[in-house]
Amino acid sequence: MGKTLFDKIWESHVVKTIEGGPSVLYIDRHFIHEVTSPQAFNGLKKRGMPVFRPQQVVATADHNVPTLNQELPIREELSRKQVDMLVKNCAEFGIELYGLGHPYQGIVHVIGPELGVTQPGMTIVCGDSHTSTHGAFGTIAFGIGTSEVEMVLTTQCLLQSRPKLMRINVEGELNQGVLSKDIILYIISLLSASGATGYFVEYAGSAIRSLSMEGRMTICNMSIEMGARGGLIAPDETTYNYMKGREFAPAGEVWEKALAYWRTLHTDDDAVFDLEININAADIEPMVTYGTNPGMGIGVSKNIPAQASLPENERGNFAKALQYMGLMDGQPIKGQPVDYVFIGSCTNSRIEDLRLVAEFVRGKQKAENVEVWIVPGSKQVEQAARAEGLDQVFEAAGFMLRQPGCSACLGMNEDKIPAGKYCISTSNRNFEGRQGPNARTLLASPLTAAVAAVTGFVGDIREFI
Amino acid sequence: MQHIKSRAVPVRIENIDTDQIIPARFLKATSREGFGKNLFRDWRYENDDESQPKKDFALNDARWSGTILVAGKNFGCGSSREHAAWAIKDAGFEVVVSSFFADIFRNNALNNFLLPVQVSEPFLQQIFEAVEADPTTELAVDLPAQTITITSTATSEGFDINPYKKTCLINGYDDIDYLINMMPEIAAFEANSAAH
Repeated sequence: MGKTLFDKIWESHVVKTIEGGPSVLYIDRHFIHEVTSPQAFNGLKKRGMPVFRPQQVVATADHNVPTLNQELPIREELSRKQVDMLVKNCAEFGIELYGLGHPYQGIVHVIGPELGVTQPGMTIVCGDSHTSTHGAFGTIAFGIGTSEVEMVLTTQCLLQSRPKLMRINVEGELNQGVLSKDIILYIISLLSASGATGYFVEYAGSAIRSLSMEGRMTICNMSIEMGARGGLIAPDETTYNYMKGREFAPAGEVWEKALAYWRTLHTDDDAVFDLEININAADIEPMVTYGTNPGMGIGVSKNIPAQASLPENERGNFAKALQYMGLMDGQPIKGQPVDYVFIGSCTNSRIEDLRLVAEFVRGKQKAENVEVWIVPGSKQVEQAARAEGLDQVFEAAGFMLRQPGCSACLGMNEDKIPAGKYCISTSNRNFEGRQGPNARTLLASPLTAAVAAVTGFVGDIREFI
Repeated sequence: MQHIKSRAVPVRIENIDTDQIIPARFLKATSREGFGKNLFRDWRYENDDESQPKKDFALNDARWSGTILVAGKNFGCGSSREHAAWAIKDAGFEVVVSSFFADIFRNNALNNFLLPVQVSEPFLQQIFEAVEADPTTELAVDLPAQTITITSTATSEGFDINPYKKTCLINGYDDIDYLINMMPEIAAFEANSAAH
């Protein structure tokens, strides 16, 4: 029987399998950031252990940094201390840090791929659930807790049980105005916020193959939002073209050798998955979420479900979500006013996202009552945006182009959405309070967010094309 | 950790994500201690104000006490923050019962000797009903036997746990000790991989 892409990578990284228990899995690359690493370094210090393979660890500061005035000391004391601690720990343990002010700084899941650190066939972890992003390159990449960060720092290994495997095939051509964000929001709305728990997901099919690397990263990024450990896509020419020439990508003879290996990284025709799901790309329209988990999404032309149409045991949680959101069951989502527009996060803050938004808003003005934040995923994205003149497009439209970081995705740093306000957001989570206490999040694609930015309402991008 | 018998605190909400368990703005600490006071922060207090407890939230209701937290399905979804497990543990809980746990949370809980007990949806509803009808109802968790019992009715259900993890919990071992002992094998694995 043939092997899946996942199994090919998994098997080549198993150091040992404990009888009746997990496997010792070797980790090729470990990304760390300021929030989930300090306690892990404390553990190393307590044991008197060094970092086993510091050259396989890359650090950046992203979650807890301001996105304005990054050249000044961080104002908030606890945040400053946490970021300073990362600097100290990296210096003490010999880890490369792309901290504030460094030309490579940015959101950890943006910089790994853009620097060529992320490469097909690798195992990659980070103390962040959106580590699944790196799966877009044909890697086994998943989020871990801080105890596990400590394990990887100490031994470059983790104890992991092999997950079940699911393949989601998206076949056919995408409708106009439908982006990869819409594909993944659609998938999660079908499977629910827990529908892929226990699984690792391979995304396949012609609609997935047609996506750029940026688009594929958006898909893999949100795998965790349906509970999956991770998601991955087989590497192909799109992958190799993206990687070639990147700072830490192999070059010359090593590139050719790597390429020959990467070309073996695909699921064999006769491989079997525990679950297979087929989706017709033509069924997908631009998506918006209305509730408080990413599974509560609908096509922009649809109405929020009527409570009476739901199974009785789901109504309580549904009503709780709508009450938090200040929305009515059965109402259309189109036309819903918004107060803030956030274009950023590890899901949608790459140069392609910014280009799409700029192209749409060129010559338009933001709606009067809306505040629009564009937060590039990295210094390199920011620099590219400026070099291409996108900053001027944004400025002319009344948008604010900020500095790189996780920003308003998670209500941790200074960038928060005020209580009761509606934010259409290109990020990945609409949980209660995610963007700030009592903030109300509507997840959508960068284009749908751009429509809201210029109209002040949730709208259908297809009416603007 | 082997036998735990305690009253329970029922939180009848599904899809409790780790942002609810501990909001991101409380993740700025650099030690593992002290997160318990902000457990379920925004469900516990109005306007982020400790002098305004929300009376209908279980953790503010004097009827409920004990070291077992009972919650609706898909507990611990979302962010990988281990701070969620630290907060629950720091607030005095030893066991979380749900009909479904998110993967990362389950691992984080086990790595902190916080026992996730996954029961069937009907049994979870029985627990909720028993505890809500009589807050003095005790639940008994027997880790060696892998059972959980509603003591008032003597109804039990078995639960699964990875045998390796069970041994770790019972004996107080953690994964790091195991991996550190394996370091020669890990180095040999690296040398062998590099050769291919």
